[in-house]
Amino acid sequence: MEYFLELILGGLTRGSIYALIALGYTMVYGIIELINFAHGEIYMIGAFTALIFTSVLTLLGFNEIAVIVLASLAAVIYSSAYGYTVEKIAYKPLRHASRLSPLIGAIGMSIFLQNYVLLAQTSDFLPFPNLIPEFEFIKPYRHIISSAEIVILITTSTAMILLTFLIKFTRTGKAMRATAQDRNMAMLVGVNVNRVISITFVIGSALAALGGVLIASHVGQINFYIGFVAGIKAFTAAVLGGIGSIPGAVLGALVLGLTESFATGYVSSDYEDVFAFGLLVLILIFKPAGILGRVRHQKI
Amino acid sequence: MIKAREIKKSFLVSIWFMFLTFPIMVIRVNPIEKIVEWRWKNMLVVGIGSFLLSFVWRYMLKKKEAGEKRAETGESGKTFLIQRILEERRFYIPLVTGLTIIAVAFPFIFSMYQTSIMTTALMYIVLGLGLNIVVGLAGLLDLGYVAFYAVGAYSYALLNHHFGLGFWSVLPIGAVLGFIFGVLLGFPVLRLRGDYLAIVTLGFGEIIRLVLENWNEFSFGPSGIANIDRPGFFGIQFSLQAASIYLYFLMIGLVIFTIIVVNRLQNSRIGRAWIALREDETACQAMGIDKTRTKLRAFALGATWAGMVGVIFAAKTTFINPASFTFLESAMILSIVVLGGMGSILGVIIGALILILLPEYLRAFSDYRMLLFGAIMVIMMVFRPQGIIANIRRTYKFNE
Amino acid sequence: MNTILEVNDLSMDFGGLRALDHLDLNVVEGEIAAIIGPNGAGKTTFFNCITGICNPTEGEILISPPGKKRNKINGLKPNRITKKGMARTFQNIRLFSNMTVLENVMIGRHCRTSSGIVSAILRGRSTIKEEKDVVDFSYNILKKTGISHLVNEFAKNLPYGAQRRLEIARAMATEPFLLLLDEPAAGMNPQESRELDELITRIRDEDNISILMIEHDMKLVMSLSDRIFVMDYGRKIAQGTPSDIIKNPVVIKAYLGEDIDA
Repeated sequence: MEYFLELILGGLTRGSIYALIALGYTMVYGIIELINFAHGEIYMIGAFTALIFTSVLTLLGFNEIAVIVLASLAAVIYSSAYGYTVEKIAYKPLRHASRLSPLIGAIGMSIFLQNYVLLAQTSDFLPFPNLIPEFEFIKPYRHIISSAEIVILITTSTAMILLTFLIKFTRTGKAMRATAQDRNMAMLVGVNVNRVISITFVIGSALAALGGVLIASHVGQINFYIGFVAGIKAFTAAVLGGIGSIPGAVLGALVLGLTESFATGYVSSDYEDVFAFGLLVLILIFKPAGILGRVRHQKI
Repeated sequence: MIKAREIKKSFLVSIWFMFLTFPIMVIRVNPIEKIVEWRWKNMLVVGIGSFLLSFVWRYMLKKKEAGEKRAETGESGKTFLIQRILEERRFYIPLVTGLTIIAVAFPFIFSMYQTSIMTTALMYIVLGLGLNIVVGLAGLLDLGYVAFYAVGAYSYALLNHHFGLGFWSVLPIGAVLGFIFGVLLGFPVLRLRGDYLAIVTLGFGEIIRLVLENWNEFSFGPSGIANIDRPGFFGIQFSLQAASIYLYFLMIGLVIFTIIVVNRLQNSRIGRAWIALREDETACQAMGIDKTRTKLRAFALGATWAGMVGVIFAAKTTFINPASFTFLESAMILSIVVLGGMGSILGVIIGALILILLPEYLRAFSDYRMLLFGAIMVIMMVFRPQGIIANIRRTYKFNE
Repeated sequence: MNTILEVNDLSMDFGGLRALDHLDLNVVEGEIAAIIGPNGAGKTTFFNCITGICNPTEGEILISPPGKKRNKINGLKPNRITKKGMARTFQNIRLFSNMTVLENVMIGRHCRTSSGIVSAILRGRSTIKEEKDVVDFSYNILKKTGISHLVNEFAKNLPYGAQRRLEIARAMATEPFLLLLDEPAAGMNPQESRELDELITRIRDEDNISILMIEHDMKLVMSLSDRIFVMDYGRKIAQGTPSDIIKNPVVIKAYLGEDIDA
């Protein structure tokens, strides 16, 4: 029973991090119908930035709390900046191109960013400091849940609540929803579509960076390649929930996290990634609209 | 004259990129030894580089926009020099003769090492042409192409290892297995929309690699299979040198065969159906073309070619393991097609030669190889989506 | 006269929206029939349903190709329906833009020919002959539709009127017994519109192809059609000869709104 509980909590933790990344995919897809392949790399860059800032700030003698806050902030800022720049360079000029072109551009961007980090930093795995302190009150339950898991669960839920608030109640959120519904119509009624798209990329990237910091600190190591697998898994989550739908992405991510947790816990950990990819293939074949997605009717 | 406004723009871009690349490019940390290395020189390079590149970028964007306007008003745009030369029939014979002489003489003039690199390049030409059927002609973005390449390579390696089957008997088996896998994987996924198809094929490719990596009893896991036989010739086994020349000519033969096949296909009933499918699925179906069957044909044919080259790859390297069949390999073949020109045979050949030979011969490039591939995909999509050599359609003459 | 297309009680729902509401319609051999109606009346949805692009919620669609048995085509894929002899054009032109004009028409021949991958690679005598027949057949259609001078142009570089004609040519290459035209005159000037009138008549008279078209250009509809169906809110509100329709108070009301007394 305890093992079962441990697997559930582990699955939820995993799932909530996938959710942070999946939101970026789903938001971008909702607005410009593009699978932003480079999104996984944005997350990886977030993790690297956090690692670099942590090391520098620690050496400069900042205290622990300041290091955590500043490094996370730097990760969020830099990831957002990268997300913004990637959109401007690779996707904006392709707004009116055929569907295949931006997708190929996105794959290229993903490979480029991976190798950029590989060349500028290193191909080795780097140890990532455990930023999250061990809480006293958790001690008796340590075998079931760790402090890190609690922090991850709280942070991700807060981020999601904030995002929901932003999309439901602010002007920007309204503009985003309008653009997702019908870009041309939104433009006609005076929404600055380019700005909305930029904001979408920035928010998505910021969430991914948060995910990057949390998971890196949880797992304890990073390298240039972590974005690829995490990206595909988050994408799986987004599709599972119904791409374009924000609650769908969260639901899909939790389902994926739990599936993986149980599959590795009860079956075999060798095939961890196979389960995720297999799930992806199965959903796309049998229910491409996902759990909460709706079927879009193409106009002919 | 460059206006002040332009300079200011580029200056801002340069500042932005210096800021953007600051943590990754300038700082390098070693968390184990707690050392931080500051590389301020990189910042200077990024600053100057992005300043200059932003002029080029804007110039090229402007040029492209102008080109699009021209196309809208009905004027035909300029074509590349090579393309114009190729349209001239009188250049054909000397060109083909010249190429034949070079191709035949190559292994005897250059070293074994060079021959081996050229053989690799030829393999990528064939892979590129195979993927070109799927991506370029039929417009199906297949990101798991390498899976079929792995099927071919492993079928030779395993059949050779367990049953001692020779190269020539496995070559058709590899092709057929590639075809069968193509049909099996293609059948359920080909009704998906373009971008989903890309992801599913990527997923399949990764699944096949992960299975090869973990299923030790079947595939010998990450350590792979060694001592695979080189191809023989009616039972004769060659020396290393002769074998490499033999493989080279074998590849030349396969390249020629592939060119003939693809060329005939693209101006056939099936080839036209592929292109129509790429252009507009709904209209294509409304004109009486069976969407799924037509897609499946392209997908399976591409897979057949990958299976064949896989067998040759195993025979050439005599050692294979799952590391040769990662997503990056698929991406590399894709960038060959993208650079060369989707749907264009000549384009793919040139693309493969550039992308495979350049990093080999310019050592400075070899580290930046994958960076280059990524950048090429982005740049080509932004500025010249049709590739170096755009696909030329056949013209017909009628007497009135 | 034989009924070649018979649509009974056809309904189509998109989510909660009813786009077609118990529609009955038929086309007889050799006629030019037109569907008119305000925007959003469900005309294109109707075309999508009978050509297999949408699967109708209710009702049946029957065709009786001349000389063949009557059969039901509900739920068939678009390509099967085209092969049975109904071909269409699209309201928003959907040509294969990076193919030449001739190749666009040759695509229409796909379902009437048979060579596959192997015969394309071997290129035997029968394949070469089939290919030549396809080229000649397609060229003849281009001549008939008056765009044979553009044969080697890319479809995307054609002027608008020629693109509309090419859509018709491509559909004709499938040798239909019934041609469905979705707003063939949209965006044409009066001159082009007159030429289109002539072309459509010629297709019916010379090639024995019946025609069902959706059109907003009233002048064209009135001069061409043998019968007119009027649609509004997914329902058929009237049908009859042009002179019947022009006097029908229900039609006038649908077009001009409730406020004005007819």
